[in-house]
Amino acid sequence: MIRLDRLGLVALAAGLAVLVAGCERPPVKAEQKGYRGLGMEQVKNPRTEKAVLAAMNIPDALPKANAGGPKAGTVYKNVKVLGDLSEEQFNRVMGAITEWVSPEQGCAYCHNVENMADGSKYTHAVARRMFQMTRQINETWKPHVGATGVTCYTCHAGNPVPKNIWFKDASQINAPFKHAGYRADGQNLAHKQIGMTSLPGDPFQRFLAAKEAKPNEIRVIPTKALPANPAHSKDVKDAEATYALMIHMSQGLGVNCTYCHNTRSFFKWEQSTPQRLTAWHGIRMVQDLNQNYLDPLKPVYPANRLGASGDAPKAFCTTCHQGQAKPLNGKQMLKDYLELNTVSLAKY
Amino acid sequence: MAMLSFEKKYRVRGGTLLGGDLFDFWVGPFYVGFFGVTTAFCAILGTALIIYGAAIGPTWNIWQINIAPPDLKYGLAFAPLKEGGLWQIITICAIGAFVSWALREVEICNKLGMGYHVPIAFGFAIFAYVTLVVIRPVLMGAWGHGFPYGILSHLDWVSNVGYQYLHFHYNPAHMIAITFFFTTALALSLHGGLVLSSVNPADGEVVKTPDHENTFFRDTIGYSIGTLGIHRLGLLLALNAVFWSAICIVISGPFWTKGWPEWWGWWLNLPIWS
Repeated sequence: MIRLDRLGLVALAAGLAVLVAGCERPPVKAEQKGYRGLGMEQVKNPRTEKAVLAAMNIPDALPKANAGGPKAGTVYKNVKVLGDLSEEQFNRVMGAITEWVSPEQGCAYCHNVENMADGSKYTHAVARRMFQMTRQINETWKPHVGATGVTCYTCHAGNPVPKNIWFKDASQINAPFKHAGYRADGQNLAHKQIGMTSLPGDPFQRFLAAKEAKPNEIRVIPTKALPANPAHSKDVKDAEATYALMIHMSQGLGVNCTYCHNTRSFFKWEQSTPQRLTAWHGIRMVQDLNQNYLDPLKPVYPANRLGASGDAPKAFCTTCHQGQAKPLNGKQMLKDYLELNTVSLAKY
Repeated sequence: MAMLSFEKKYRVRGGTLLGGDLFDFWVGPFYVGFFGVTTAFCAILGTALIIYGAAIGPTWNIWQINIAPPDLKYGLAFAPLKEGGLWQIITICAIGAFVSWALREVEICNKLGMGYHVPIAFGFAIFAYVTLVVIRPVLMGAWGHGFPYGILSHLDWVSNVGYQYLHFHYNPAHMIAITFFFTTALALSLHGGLVLSSVNPADGEVVKTPDHENTFFRDTIGYSIGTLGIHRLGLLLALNAVFWSAICIVISGPFWTKGWPEWWGWWLNLPIWS
């Protein structure tokens, strides 16, 4: 009996140890987002938050450049999208992008330093398109990015390839065997990009990239009681895909569901927070970027830049947000680099 | 109210915790005691304050009446009456009433020379309530983290607080609590079914005994927990259900601020498969 009791105690202690493993501790930081007592709150660990902010190392803006003088397009050869910038502005942007994207590799990451006008490196071609994408985001998608806008640094943050990108989920293609509960959409496996849930692992292709993607299909809650017409009702699997996407958004932004929704009624705009509208534009923005900018670059990339199923790297919420409700904690970098909004959108 | 012939035998003096003989009497079938008085005081005051809160609120619709806790900005201080102060006083009244009720049960146990199983069991329910409106708010630094008093409003709170952690079904203590709730229902239905089947035999048959009951389960699953054991098991299951419910909410926020699915990282990262 005594041995059994001891065993029980050891099991209890081990159980408790497992339960608190990797847990956090008070005090926590809570921010009220709705009427008192409604439970619409953002709860954060202030120590984690402090560490994240301390790790941010945003480069200072370079000294302003003179907009006058000869245009870069006339001074340099093979300038296609930045031709309208003055020579000084052009060199300032080139200096900034080196700091933002390839601080270690320098100019040679995109250029043949023997002949700067030589556009044979794939990175050169990608960068050109990315300049256009940046302007597209800042102008067309103002409802999402506001006056803060984006620069190369928003996503790249000093990395040649942004840290948070996604490819089509290939875990199923490469699975050595089809386990019990196997589903082609990646359901029932833990996926990092959807917060370790076992929900369908790749809601991104479906909602944010596929040509036939219709963002309105994210909304799965029936608007009629007991919807009898199949056209008005959704499958529970659709709901799981939506849930997966929403968990990705929460994680990407470092917020919980109540940042945008009053969960008593997810779909009701009049009960949602203003942030939901910003997110609505964001979803459509990401779709535009993936379909018109990132996916079409596939032929440009070398094989080692492509995903396991041969697709180009793509963007989702985390790409820019990187765990923060406002990317770079709301730091307004674009206002120091308005040259980026004079990029030529013409086909080259 | 008439007293049954044998009831007098059990109406004995003494066993009180407070108040001595002062409140040691019955009103009709009800034992009063010091804690009966405090229960009534707290319950009536609390209910009156809820009605007052409804009166100064926007609706008399029973579903929509809402006595909400203070804004988070008040922290652990008192809030103005109409901005959550009412919730704070009602909470004090509720705890006063619940604890008084438990202590009144203790006095009755004393009179009857019984164990304290019933007040201890009720104590678990009080613990769960106190966890929601005192322990967790104190750990998180504001009374505003308590749940609002209202039929629909408290459900809205439950929903939103659940979604603060993205997917509450991944909360390990919630998993344990749910399992205990379901098992409690299973055990109670098996027990109820067994007893009723035993005392309701076919026409002409005699009522069956606990031996029959034991035999039924031995024949079915090779083991019968027995007449006393089933009640021990029932208490264990029910108390665990309540206890783990309290744990699952007190760890949400004070001890975990992210989504619950993410908490399982330690499992996914075990060296066995990672």
